Amino acid sequence: MMKHEKTVRTTCPFCGVGCQLDLSIDQGRIVSVSAPENAAPNFGRLCAKGRFGTDYVHHPSRIRTPLIRKNLDSGKRTPVGMEGFREASWDEALDLAAERLSLAVKTQGADSIGTFCSAKATNEDTYIFQKFVRGILKTNNIDHCARLCHAASVAGLQKAIGSSAMSNAIAEMKNLDVFIVTGSNTTETHPVISTFLKEAVVKNGAKLIVIDPRKIELSGFAALHLQHRPGTDVAVYQAMANVVVTEELENRSFIDRRTENFEMYRKSLEGFTPELAESITGVKAVLIREAARMYAEAERAAVYWGMGISQSVHGTDNTLSIANLALLCGHLGKPGTGLNPLRGQNNVQGCSDSGGLPGIFPGYQSVADAEIQKKFEEKWNVTGLSKTAGLTVLEMSDAAGKGDIDTYLIMGENPMMSEPDLNTARKHFEQLKTIIIVDIFLNESGAYGDIILPAVPFAEKDGTFTNSDRRVQLIRKAVPSPGEAQTDWRIIQDLALRVEKKLGLPPSGGFAFQSASEVWDEMSGLVPAFGGISHQRIDREGGVHWPCPDPAHPGTPYLFADSFPRGRGLFTVLDCRLESERTSSAYPYLLSTGRVLYHWHGGTMTRRSVLDKIYPESVVEMNPLDAEAEGYEEGQRVSVSSRRGTIISRIKITERSPMGVVFMPIHFAESPVNELTKDLRDPEAKIPDFKQSAVRIAAAG
Amino acid sequence: MSTEKITITVDGKKITVPSGVTILQAAESAGITIPTICFHEQLTPPGLCRQCVVEVEGARRLQPSCISSVREGMVVKTDSEKVRRVRRTNLEMLSAVTDLSESPEIVRQMKQLDADEERFAASPRGSLKDDNPFYIRDYTKCILCMRCVQVCSSDIQFSYALAAGGRGFDSRIATFYNKDLPDTTCVFCGNCIQVCPTGALKAKTEGNSTGVQHDEA
Repeated sequence: MMKHEKTVRTTCPFCGVGCQLDLSIDQGRIVSVSAPENAAPNFGRLCAKGRFGTDYVHHPSRIRTPLIRKNLDSGKRTPVGMEGFREASWDEALDLAAERLSLAVKTQGADSIGTFCSAKATNEDTYIFQKFVRGILKTNNIDHCARLCHAASVAGLQKAIGSSAMSNAIAEMKNLDVFIVTGSNTTETHPVISTFLKEAVVKNGAKLIVIDPRKIELSGFAALHLQHRPGTDVAVYQAMANVVVTEELENRSFIDRRTENFEMYRKSLEGFTPELAESITGVKAVLIREAARMYAEAERAAVYWGMGISQSVHGTDNTLSIANLALLCGHLGKPGTGLNPLRGQNNVQGCSDSGGLPGIFPGYQSVADAEIQKKFEEKWNVTGLSKTAGLTVLEMSDAAGKGDIDTYLIMGENPMMSEPDLNTARKHFEQLKTIIIVDIFLNESGAYGDIILPAVPFAEKDGTFTNSDRRVQLIRKAVPSPGEAQTDWRIIQDLALRVEKKLGLPPSGGFAFQSASEVWDEMSGLVPAFGGISHQRIDREGGVHWPCPDPAHPGTPYLFADSFPRGRGLFTVLDCRLESERTSSAYPYLLSTGRVLYHWHGGTMTRRSVLDKIYPESVVEMNPLDAEAEGYEEGQRVSVSSRRGTIISRIKITERSPMGVVFMPIHFAESPVNELTKDLRDPEAKIPDFKQSAVRIAAAG
Repeated sequence: MSTEKITITVDGKKITVPSGVTILQAAESAGITIPTICFHEQLTPPGLCRQCVVEVEGARRLQPSCISSVREGMVVKTDSEKVRRVRRTNLEMLSAVTDLSESPEIVRQMKQLDADEERFAASPRGSLKDDNPFYIRDYTKCILCMRCVQVCSSDIQFSYALAAGGRGFDSRIATFYNKDLPDTTCVFCGNCIQVCPTGALKAKTEGNSTGVQHDEA
């Protein structure tokens, strides 16, 4: 074993599992990564990204100084590389950014500004960002990629039980008797969690039910695999509930004590037989019956899901159909049960918690509530906070297209990869007057920027990330930053002071923080659920699960033991809506999109990592029978077209894809799959239908 | 583990432990350290390296303490001359065929037992495999403790990419059909690196190996 200058304990910057890492540092570089074996949530386990993928931190293309576009304000906005920018001092760049923002406020009103905060940044970065946007700019136009990710899980769970976080801790997976994994390719998207799930099956004899159109790796560990047609999730869960009620397997005492609206819901299930569901979903009725019995009769059963449930035009209904089933069987409120949306990003839970959403202050406190508003105005020493919920990610894009928004402030997001129907999104982007970017690399969105402010990744700053099971954990500065790159919240704090001055506002004194720990302390003073959490405490204990109202409180690994935040759990009557884009003779395949093990979202990080060597380009996963019928060979170059665009990729023949369905990863800027996706939104969650586009495939030269 | 308590004697000391624990665990609870190599807290003990052997009164052979359960009235010697000789010979054989330069724990045990690394003249076995972007497998340093195989299979990762191959002196860690790792079920979690006690498995960014270089942007 090698000796190193120092080892720094921190939290992984990739998915929402929140693995603890020990970074070995030599000469200011991360030379290897291991995992502490005695620390939750990963207990020594890592995946390829955490173990090998943090080398992006040292990539030579890191932005080292502030940049300003050379041809600023000269007609049509076009994407440029580094050659399109000139280096600037922090003073010049921040003054220019402050000038643009204050001018927008003065001439067009604060709501002409759209802002994107980041699920990759810390809670402290988010807190300062939203404090600036709400308290100085005075708009609630703030959102982040949770909108494109678990928005429908949030909307559904808020409605059913009043809380949207994962209800149980990762450590509880050993208590499972039966569990459902649905719309989650867990071995690739949450690899470390998948090892605990596999362990539950192999070592503890737990029974796994996979409900997913694709033959994912976990289906090899499953007792049952319900391979339904994409987009027919509600039908599967409704039919399972029908079986539970018909065979009287429901948990009567739980329903009586803890839920409401059961009778209406029960009636709505009449006629929704497994046979009817079979005709919609393609899953044999007998399998649906077996799955329903297995879940209902279990002592402890949990559901884990990912984007397959939420990224849908009826994602809220998908979530509600699962919540209905859990309430029906009483599988909530004790270890080894629960409703568990697996959060995608390292801090997507925390970014939402810290107020990175258009309708809420930190701690999910409504911007429309006068008392809450007063509390924040007093603490922040400002007046006139906006009471109107702001626009969501895609609504901001719409507003940009209509000219209602003409200034964007983007911190650590990449909308030019992540938004659906990129062709349209790009047109909206091009119309903006000013784009200010805070990021570590010049990515596909930065290429459209006017002012680029160089920020720092996880290994170069202190702060907290909140993982998927609500565990607040520390990240610690381990290596120096290149050039003049600066911590995100410090950049925003400096910008806030300059905008405050330019707007002629009385100095609030609210942007004078000296450390991330001070930032956290202000937020925890405003959010009751964080009241007992401080950096010092996390340093001692390794991590604390919120809610944790006071320093003596141990934190809350599992929720809803006695009640739900909304009181009783609500059964919701659902229609089985099937509104996604359909295939046709011109577009005969259904395209599903998602992540692969070795890459991360828009690829800004992992495409600049050794990870890119093992998975360097986009593929189209196609069933062997489809490939044979079309005459495609492994690795053949093809064009994939939807009604919105065309991209080039290579055929990968695999039984993972069912017939008629192809899968493509979302990570490759050379084959940006969102050129193909459709901007069809769930009416409640405003999340687009990423998982279902009709495409045609043709050989390419 | 049962709640029933039993009493055993270790190195002349009477200790009371729950029935069902191993001799290694029992000794540890009394502050007596038995040296180990292949044993790892998180893994099923394979009982392979035999460095943890102890003398149990009445037993015909030395017992591997990591996999032997305690019995009422058992009398154990963890550091007798017989035990020390076996451990020393074990290490001398290991050092004859293995590069132990990155195995500080084994080197420490050799010093403690005054082991003679020249005792058995042999040449190192194994070779260095460099077949993927992430880590090397330097089998000149491998002592066949099997931790990596256990991690890769049913103890942690359930990927089943690494396996034991060959027999006797030709035993080695292998992949199915000796395929390169990228062509196996390996997911490059590196959890095998985490438990390797000898530096045989190592991230390429470590030390002076083939070090990963970034592609220029």
